Amino acid sequence: MNTAFIVISLMNGISYGLLLFMLSAGLTLIFSMMGVLNFAHASFYMLGAYFAYSLMGVIGFWPALIIAPLAVGLIGALFERYSLRRVHRFGHVAELLITFGLSYLVLEVVQLLWGRAAVPYALPPALQGTLFTLYDIQFPKSRSFIMLVAVLMLVAVWLLLTRTRIGLIIQAALKNPEMVEALGHNVPRVFMFVFGGGAALAALAGAIAGNTYVTEPSMAAAVGSIIFVVVVVGGMGSLSGAFVASLLIGIVQTFAVALDISVATVLQPLGISVSPQIFGYALLSLTISQMAPILPYLFLVLILIFRPNGLLGTERG
Amino acid sequence: MTHALEIKALRKDFGKTSIIRGIDLAVRRGERVAIIGPNGAGKSTLFNLVSGRITPTSGEVFLNDSRIDGLRPYDIYRRGLARSFQITNVFANLSAFENLRCGTLWSLGYGYSFWRFLSDMRDANERAEVILEQIGLSRKRDVAASSLTYAEQRALEIGLTIAGGQDVILLDEPTAGMSRTETERFVELIRKVTEGKTLLTVEHDMSVVFGLADRIAVIVYGEVIAFDTPEAVRADARVQEAYLGSPLAMTSAGH
Repeated sequence: MNTAFIVISLMNGISYGLLLFMLSAGLTLIFSMMGVLNFAHASFYMLGAYFAYSLMGVIGFWPALIIAPLAVGLIGALFERYSLRRVHRFGHVAELLITFGLSYLVLEVVQLLWGRAAVPYALPPALQGTLFTLYDIQFPKSRSFIMLVAVLMLVAVWLLLTRTRIGLIIQAALKNPEMVEALGHNVPRVFMFVFGGGAALAALAGAIAGNTYVTEPSMAAAVGSIIFVVVVVGGMGSLSGAFVASLLIGIVQTFAVALDISVATVLQPLGISVSPQIFGYALLSLTISQMAPILPYLFLVLILIFRPNGLLGTERG
Repeated sequence: MTHALEIKALRKDFGKTSIIRGIDLAVRRGERVAIIGPNGAGKSTLFNLVSGRITPTSGEVFLNDSRIDGLRPYDIYRRGLARSFQITNVFANLSAFENLRCGTLWSLGYGYSFWRFLSDMRDANERAEVILEQIGLSRKRDVAASSLTYAEQRALEIGLTIAGGQDVILLDEPTAGMSRTETERFVELIRKVTEGKTLLTVEHDMSVVFGLADRIAVIVYGEVIAFDTPEAVRADARVQEAYLGSPLAMTSAGH
């Protein structure tokens, strides 16, 4: 393990973590405002990728990057207005189920329209190639673009929440929607705005991740469970917690994938050779990279046991 | 237009249970009305009906002669009625100043503009400062509401309720949980900040009731059994029997 490897892995991890944050930011805001865990959040991410892919053929990549999230944001807002708001009075279980239903609906519609296989959503020429090479390891332009967009979004969301009127109302409504409504604010409309905004943010993440990674029907499920982990680990409803958890999980997963170390390889230099005949060889020879996919969930379980409110979460009243 | 708030034959049933069983109440402009009654009489439910948090089963509510029953809370607020809650309902994560800003923004006509920074909205900020001064929290301007004392939080809530300049104010047990001296200062504060406004307050503390109210409405089992001046209510035999159980309690409570 050398410096170049660490630097590149760290950057890959941060870029993946920032991507996770773009998704979990909306999810955690929606949760703390409306008390709804939006199961369809990753579906908006997937829609963003597919919309951008289809629009790219018509209007080019850069306009598509703006139009696709706006379109998905609109769909999100409409879904909140005409579906979620109607079932609101039946309680959180009904709301949860309807977002669950939506996620399946989106999946099936995507498969009907674009097919079950991955679509060739290619990077635009400007983002192809590598940004720099450290020793032998390359860092692609597309990943740095993800970082750039995510950081811009982060700053924009932060300014919106802390410096503007709607941000003040959102912050107030996070804790106390009834009082906000009693002060003359149209809280249902603010909810719609936040839901639509969260969907648009997820779609933007999809639009920039879809061509760096792969645009396929399973992309929603792949990232969906991870962002739930992020939201729980960071602390339900905590934006800063989601940020920390996103980076943490992004970095841990990226490093883990790159590490081909197992208990067996650690024991080797100590003179203990682990051969297939030894009891528990299957476990001892497991490399960290093989375990990478389960690490976030392991994290989730540990956090729930030792710190149920998450890293930066506060007790909910 | 003599009545700021007029309630006509208001009913609220939850399933087969009637909580509000036909209430008529007409509050004059600029009047201070205390609503008293035993626990479970329906006082808070009445406030929730008037402020739009729950919808009446039947009956009508008029605010400045226009009908408001069935409207959403934010709409009723925009028409000129503000309320506080029985449980302290300030925004714990925001500073005292930011809390008040939530209350001033709407009335000053800012839409949900996200392109304008709050710090540029000078009139909203000035107004918030004035109210901060009125409720005696200027020195706690930037303290998070969660770090304020209980009495300060309640004062902040009163500030929030009056911040929008509404002329009908509903306060739900503003002095609940306060010490005797705090209560006295608080009554003074309420009197000061609601000057010229129409005030309805739910109250348990008899010294507050008799010190503050022009008229008292007594609610028992979802009905108004008396609505008159403090002296007349104190002398009312039905009130003494129904609400206080003994004539003695009422006499001692009224100083």
